[in-house]
Amino acid sequence: MVMAAEPQFHVLAVDDSLFDRKLIERLLQKASCQVTTVDSGYKALEFLGLREGVEINDPDAVSTSPVIHQEVEVNLIITDYCMPSMTGYDLLKEVKESSACKNIPVVIMSSENVPARISRCLEEGAEEFFLKPVRLADLNKLKPHMMKTKLKNQKLEEIETPSKVESGTVAAVVEPESEVEPKQIYLQVVQQEEQTVSNNKRKSVEEGLSTHRSRPRFEGITTAV
Amino acid sequence: MQRQVALIKQSLFDQGYLDEQFVELEELQDDANPNFVEEVATLYFKDSARLISNIEQALERGSFDFNRLDNYMHQFKGSSTSIGASKVKTECTMFREYCRVGNAEVFSLFRTCDECRCLRTFKQLKKEHATLRKKLEQYFQASK
Repeated sequence: MVMAAEPQFHVLAVDDSLFDRKLIERLLQKASCQVTTVDSGYKALEFLGLREGVEINDPDAVSTSPVIHQEVEVNLIITDYCMPSMTGYDLLKEVKESSACKNIPVVIMSSENVPARISRCLEEGAEEFFLKPVRLADLNKLKPHMMKTKLKNQKLEEIETPSKVESGTVAAVVEPESEVEPKQIYLQVVQQEEQTVSNNKRKSVEEGLSTHRSRPRFEGITTAV
Repeated sequence: MQRQVALIKQSLFDQGYLDEQFVELEELQDDANPNFVEEVATLYFKDSARLISNIEQALERGSFDFNRLDNYMHQFKGSSTSIGASKVKTECTMFREYCRVGNAEVFSLFRTCDECRCLRTFKQLKKEHATLRKKLEQYFQASK
């Protein structure tokens, strides 16, 4: 089977400073990520489909149900903490409280080392907290987090559209009618996951796999690779 | 020309104007982004000129609003750190410390001392900042 090329991650970077946005964008590009930058928490929520392009303190705003933009997949959100009107922490909360986006890993950046701030963010569900200036080595630490969500999304797509060939880590087409093939492909996907995800993450990856209700027969598999 | 570039760069590091963060930025440059460092340096000096002007205005008003000054300095320190402007960063840190102390100061006489320290530090900061700007301009010019 052909080993797929390293998947492209799409990162949404949020920072009110143009200087910092340029920096984080270049860093993410260097780390082989696709980048979208926005200058505020509101724009970020808009991009994620959690806001209808309306400022929260706009008195004339009509509240509508949010439209989820399925076409734009975001594998990670990296945001500055100190921003006017909506802080990185506020954005983190909004993301984690939304059903559509709560599984997107969120990373907070700050130029200030305030332990209370750091623990508050981590408690709210932030994956990591980076002190600025962020370096390439910091971003490389994020790959396993992004890989986890990307694989989860791919697997969900796979189940919904079985004839679609994925350009990511799944190397073969899934044939749900056949009894033998799906199991083999499933194991292949898991094998590739094992190679890319560190051993510490194995438990969470397996837990992720076992939640797919459409394949109850695979729940018992603990891959002996 | 190459030698001149190397000399300018070396003196910037030796004299403590730049630190290893600048090297990190240079490593982000490649064939697709050959002028990245110069571009961010331009953004930095645009930002910092604005902050210096804001701080000067705040100081000219006579009454020291330590909170506001600290806020400006927080931004200034942040971007100075990100570009590797070592001396400027140090002056920002000192300024913020005097703001912190001055803000908590009860005795007006001591508060005036803190204000003086702030002014002195700010003067030094502007000097370091101007020197860095000039030297980096020379460096980028020589690199072309």
